[in-house]
Amino acid sequence: MMATFYSRCSPINQRRLETFFRNKRASWSLLIFLSLFTISLFAEFVANDKPLLIHYDGDLYSPVWVDYPETTFDGDFDTEADYSDPYITNIIEAKGWIIWPPVRYYFDTHIANLPQPAPSPPTANNWLGTDDQARDVFARVLYGFRISILFALALTLGSSIIGVAVGALQGYYGGKVDLYGQRLLEIWGGLPQLFVLIILASIITPNFGWLLAVMLLFSWTSLVDVVRAEFLRGRNLEYVRAAKALGVSDLTIMYRHILPNAMVATMTMLPFILTGAITTLTSLDFLGFGLPAGSASLGELMSQGKGNLHAPWLAITAFLVLSSMLTLLVFVGEGIRDAFDPRLLTR
Amino acid sequence: MSDILSVDQLSISFHHGNSDTHIVKSISFVIPHNKTVALVGESGSGKSLTAHAIMRLLPYPSAFHPSGSITFESRDLLSLPLKKMTNIRGNEIGMIFQEPMSALNPLHTVEKQIAEALKIHQANTNTASATSSIKEQVLALLTQVKIQAPKTKLKAYPHQLSGGQRQRVMIAMALANRPKLLIADEPTTALDVTVQKDILDLLRELQAIYQMSVLLITHDLGVVKYMADHVLVMKQGEIIESGDAKSLLSNPQEDYTKQLINSHPSGNPVTLAHPIEELSTLLSTHHLGVKFPLSKPLFGRCKEFFHALKQVDIDLKKGTTLGVLGESGSGKSTLALAILRLIESSGDIHLDGKKVSELDGKSFNAFRRSMQIVFQDPFSSLSPRMSIKQIISEGLHLQGNLDQVDIDTKVINIMEEVDLDPEMQHRYPHEFSGGQRQRIAIARALILNPRMLFLDEPTSALDRAVQMQVIELLRKLQQERQLSYIFISHDIHVVKALSHQIIVIKDGDIVEQGLADVVLNSPSHPYTQKLLTATL
Repeated sequence: MMATFYSRCSPINQRRLETFFRNKRASWSLLIFLSLFTISLFAEFVANDKPLLIHYDGDLYSPVWVDYPETTFDGDFDTEADYSDPYITNIIEAKGWIIWPPVRYYFDTHIANLPQPAPSPPTANNWLGTDDQARDVFARVLYGFRISILFALALTLGSSIIGVAVGALQGYYGGKVDLYGQRLLEIWGGLPQLFVLIILASIITPNFGWLLAVMLLFSWTSLVDVVRAEFLRGRNLEYVRAAKALGVSDLTIMYRHILPNAMVATMTMLPFILTGAITTLTSLDFLGFGLPAGSASLGELMSQGKGNLHAPWLAITAFLVLSSMLTLLVFVGEGIRDAFDPRLLTR
Repeated sequence: MSDILSVDQLSISFHHGNSDTHIVKSISFVIPHNKTVALVGESGSGKSLTAHAIMRLLPYPSAFHPSGSITFESRDLLSLPLKKMTNIRGNEIGMIFQEPMSALNPLHTVEKQIAEALKIHQANTNTASATSSIKEQVLALLTQVKIQAPKTKLKAYPHQLSGGQRQRVMIAMALANRPKLLIADEPTTALDVTVQKDILDLLRELQAIYQMSVLLITHDLGVVKYMADHVLVMKQGEIIESGDAKSLLSNPQEDYTKQLINSHPSGNPVTLAHPIEELSTLLSTHHLGVKFPLSKPLFGRCKEFFHALKQVDIDLKKGTTLGVLGESGSGKSTLALAILRLIESSGDIHLDGKKVSELDGKSFNAFRRSMQIVFQDPFSSLSPRMSIKQIISEGLHLQGNLDQVDIDTKVINIMEEVDLDPEMQHRYPHEFSGGQRQRIAIARALILNPRMLFLDEPTSALDRAVQMQVIELLRKLQQERQLSYIFISHDIHVVKALSHQIIVIKDGDIVEQGLADVVLNSPSHPYTQKLLTATL
């Protein structure tokens, strides 16, 4: 599949792919990042307080997908089964078997029978210890990593769609559109972003969607300038003029003829927008204006580390996870930037 | 020792990913004292690379020399330490580049740039007297290269100078330290014909004064004939013929050299069935004008304008070619863009008796189909990210009512008509040579069956031999399709080979117009006369 994708690329993209993969640091970073991200996408199968598969009384059950009431396993209540309760597991194992995920805690599982008061240091059960509410740090890091990346990806996608569209319109039409657009951008850029975010976050109840929308308000501007510059240059290219002479519509010209040129600049900036988005989300969480209380987030772990200096595994974990994630992304970004650099391609 | 520079078995190769490409293959030549040696060849033959290798300006280490040596006054330039090499560059060997606009730094004044060349190679420049003497030296140099009003040019920036003046500044810089060898890389290619001759005369004069040798790199045999004592003909990285200029040009041995010499555009325009006066008019303009605002006040209307085109009237007959002659900046390309309504203009445009200048964008689109344009630079006029088929068929998709089979057959037919192999339709532009690209551009323009084509310098970026083929193609198409052309060029030979009528444009005004024979054989306006005599 890789090979067909490769041969379908235009020669210039093939050369870019080659340049990227020749860069050892970038391709390893990409590989590590992608595997971590893939693992985190399946976090429910890695860290969960529900078993993956149960064989009970001749039937198979998969609690990860379906909620079963306790009565299914001949328990007493009609409520959902609590698999961390030894009472239930003993019943099941008497008549079958259970396959557990490698880590038996969900990110919001309060662990009841800790050997020490929370936060407790790393043990064989809690690989990275627990936080001050007796929740497993590894599970929280795994889910926090996933939500950070997903948030950053959504934010990057949204801001590049808006930013490219606005930049394209400004650059292509120039003149008054460009003039007013630029003034609007300048005013918009002058707004104190962080404070507006904090004020908005205290008016609404922040959740994933709200935070995304609020941060999108400010992050779309970062791509406008580069795309606008490419379109200002591109609209006078001869093949663009030739297309105009053919009577091709403006939108088609923008999409088919000029946008591919602007994609180089966009692609180069994307990884850095991605890291910026992760950092912003983490800092909002750290300040307590981010995702709702109880959700897994690296920022919240960071602030727990600050609040519990006697439990260094919290701060150290948060720091290591965040910094290695950002480093990996920056390395990948550098690789992409170099792959798109025409000076490294010619001759 | 009568040779100032000798190149022995020089090869130039480039690392290209895992493989190496060999561009220049084991060439040898000498440059005698006080003589001009011309290195002639088509683009891509490796002549500029050879010149850059002498200056060691190639992108090392991706470039390398598998073999050879370059000996300049008994020093081997290829193995000389870099520090000594910088002493030779710009000091003992001077260089003039093709494009004076990009070779001069736009942020520094002329004085500063020439003074820099002086200061680098003169040790004692710290005292005040030295500074003032440098200023005098710069002034003397500018006087020597015969720039008009040299004193006022000291503080000028490159963009304030004309192309010819910039080239004179470049020459002044190259000569600042009285080099023994001057390398001139296509010194006049970017200049207008009337300026070209002045610059060449200046180079000859300065060569006599400074007693220097010149390595002249060019593709233009007119320039060679005018300047060189000795000629080297290069083809695909090898010197295939060399010898005394006069004997080589009058009696070439190799086929390739013969082809170079004989590839001047020739032949006559398509013969018309009726005298041109009796043909009906396809396109005419009345008082067509284009102006650009010079200074834009924040509020209110702009008062100062630059008139790129002033009140131009043209009359194009069906099936004929109207040649538009003029130098760069004269407004000839603006004329094409204005008629195609790609820029705003004033005045009337009539197409086939219908006034199209007042139609709005949508209704004008119906007329776009009958007027198409082919641009000068075949490298920038094709989108590098689209395949040939996509490029050619773009116009067809606008018609809407065609299915994929129709489009495929039309693309194949048009490719055959412009002598391209239809097999190549899935390739991308960068895989084609300049001439092939120009054919693709013509195919794109023709696919909508236009009635007229604007040809904006379609041949000037091409080598002579390829120019001829494109001109023949254009003639064939005109005959078969009864096309009308507006052919824009600065090259009189090319215009002559195609045009029935000619207009000469200078500073946005038509200074002369009429039948091609009349204008070219008995020009009445002094500017036309100057253009004709300056052609080498």
